[in-house]
Amino acid sequence: MVCGGTGCSGSQGEALLDNLNLELEANALENDIHVVKAGCFGLCSTGPNIKIIPGNVIYTGVKPDDAKEIVSEHIMKGRPVERLLFTDPLTKKKLTTEKELSPFRKQLRLVLRNCGVIDPGNIDDAIAHDAYAALSMALTEMKPADVIKIIKDSGLRGRGGGGFSTGLKWEIAAKNKSDEKYVVCNADEGDPGAFMDRSVLEGDPHAVLEAMAICGYAIKAAKGLIYIRAEYPLAVARLKTAIEQAREYGLLGKDIMGSGFNFDIEIRYGAGAFVCGEETALIHSMEGLRGEPTVKPPFPAESGYRNKPTNVNNVETFACISPIILKGAEWFSSIGTQKSKGTKVFALAGKINNVGLIEVPMGTTLREVVYDIGGGIRNGRKFKAAQTGGPSGGCLTEKHLDTPIDFDNLIEAGSMMGSGGLIVMDEDDCMVSVAKFFLDFTVEESCGKCAPCRIGNKRLYELLDHITKGKGTPADLDRLKNMCLVIKDTSLCGLGQSSPNPVLSTLENFKDEYDSHVTAKKCPAGHCKDLMEYFIISANCVGCTACARVCPVGAITGERKEPHVINPAICIKCGACKEKCKFDAIIIQ
Amino acid sequence: MSSIKIELRQEDVNKIKEICSSFRNDPQELINVLHKCQEHFGYLPAEIQEVISDELEVPLAKVYGVVTFYSFFTMTPKGKHPVSICMGTACYVRGAEKVMDEFKKELGLQVGQTTKDGKFSLSSLRCVGACGLAPVVMIGDKTYGRVAPDDVRNILKEYE
Repeated sequence: MVCGGTGCSGSQGEALLDNLNLELEANALENDIHVVKAGCFGLCSTGPNIKIIPGNVIYTGVKPDDAKEIVSEHIMKGRPVERLLFTDPLTKKKLTTEKELSPFRKQLRLVLRNCGVIDPGNIDDAIAHDAYAALSMALTEMKPADVIKIIKDSGLRGRGGGGFSTGLKWEIAAKNKSDEKYVVCNADEGDPGAFMDRSVLEGDPHAVLEAMAICGYAIKAAKGLIYIRAEYPLAVARLKTAIEQAREYGLLGKDIMGSGFNFDIEIRYGAGAFVCGEETALIHSMEGLRGEPTVKPPFPAESGYRNKPTNVNNVETFACISPIILKGAEWFSSIGTQKSKGTKVFALAGKINNVGLIEVPMGTTLREVVYDIGGGIRNGRKFKAAQTGGPSGGCLTEKHLDTPIDFDNLIEAGSMMGSGGLIVMDEDDCMVSVAKFFLDFTVEESCGKCAPCRIGNKRLYELLDHITKGKGTPADLDRLKNMCLVIKDTSLCGLGQSSPNPVLSTLENFKDEYDSHVTAKKCPAGHCKDLMEYFIISANCVGCTACARVCPVGAITGERKEPHVINPAICIKCGACKEKCKFDAIIIQ
Repeated sequence: MSSIKIELRQEDVNKIKEICSSFRNDPQELINVLHKCQEHFGYLPAEIQEVISDELEVPLAKVYGVVTFYSFFTMTPKGKHPVSICMGTACYVRGAEKVMDEFKKELGLQVGQTTKDGKFSLSSLRCVGACGLAPVVMIGDKTYGRVAPDDVRNILKEYE
């Protein structure tokens, strides 16, 4: 199993795959051992990764040249290649199998059950791992109302961001009578720093197809549509293959499994617009229009695609369906917290040791995620904040480390679950700049239909920009807050209603940082260029002239072997002098 | 509209018509038609949009509205080696901004521009899903991971 996720493929995973095949052929083993390009394992920071079954031994950071040693040592002689094993970032111990690996210990892989386990290009492999068993059970043993009941009882809530009850959504769509209905899978993952849906589609496409068919059966729809970003070529290719194979096996198409139920799936392409993650905008985009949202009601369940009842769920939600049907509502609702059931997939990234895709039961604390699974902060720095929910969410701070993560707790902490990006930040990150970064995103992605979002977010961005440049006043902070509340209250869709969250949450949790930007005109994290001043400590300066020579604007003057000085009026704060100085004489104030 | 004036050859016009009819000239398929046209021509100048508008019987203003709404569609030709820098959150906190500045300096371009010789174009994109490799740069189909500002010059050398 060679990890075929984007991270691993991007670091010579393809060449590794070819070399492994060549080595096996050279040793006449190609018929006994199959090299499979699998879905993401979730250990993205150490890629390319490979896993050898039986034994589930995982090798990390494998280079194409290592193929020879792996084949000759591990496969032929049965000896693990020690140097390629995973090193625990905290204990520095070498770990061999998935069970031992620290990032996996607290995880519960339910949505990602088959990612990195099956060959996503082979339907037989998927079926051997229970794919389509739930569909067959639903079609032969259950009535549509039974399916809805079991999903409702399981307590499953939509994983796309809002957290609405999936069973309830299906029930409403089922109640609306119409000659045509649609099931839509939202695979338009636009949240910067999130790649969960993509990994599910790449690693286990049949899980989504099967669940869409089950939903079709439950709400009496014959047509499914997957709305996916055109920027995900591998996921699109895997989906296409999976759809073809499922049709061949009679698992999609007319009269599925002889039950008289018809259901087929088509792919629709997005073209890069974050707002299309909103249901009504997504539907307009599928109709060939600008992806602008409309006021709800009517909800898509009443009037959606082509004005017909439409049920929209996200990839991760669909991936939960089959296990619920097979194992029952009670099993599912036994996982998680009181109001948030099941597991949640997070794309763990940022200043953390084990970057990757993780899945944990709802209610796992942030501390467990960051330290036990994530292996702590990179370079031994201090944890400052974790950002969840992307541009719609907020920051969790040290005081939230022991809060169980679920839908309601996150909202209470001023953030939200969102789609599941979890970006960890350390003490070098300036929270005002982070808020500005998200606002920059929102300004660009606002569709422009309603004024609060179009104009308000732009004004917010300008205010933040002002503050990071040292031109802000304490009164600006009040204006900032007021404007946030107005935008939240008056915007048309979820994008505008949540876009001020990054500002509100950083304003709440890091008020002192904002204060020092507007009063002392200093950036405590040393990030905002305009608030920094480079300064030479004359006691440390030996007058080597290295800094003066590297300065692109001639801001540094001084005689040889005499302490130098920086003229702040000329300095452009590029930092070249500080990098060059061997005597730690240059500091940022 | 676009400042570049081009003249479509008859075969180009035929190609666009062929793409439109492969989608039954259905106005609801506008986005798919645009995808196919951009795949074929590399970009979507006003002249191409005019033909699509006639074929699908969608007002030109609507076609233009859709093209400019989605970031994937472009009205200026991309360079032979399109350089895209990931500006997702994970890349951002690991210094993508500085990498972007270095590319701007080395290529003498702003985001969305193409070099005069048509060799490089510069754009930013939102998360390629390779956050483990942050910051990430893509040139064509090739992914570069853990890019530091100092690496930029050497990366560009590969394409000389």
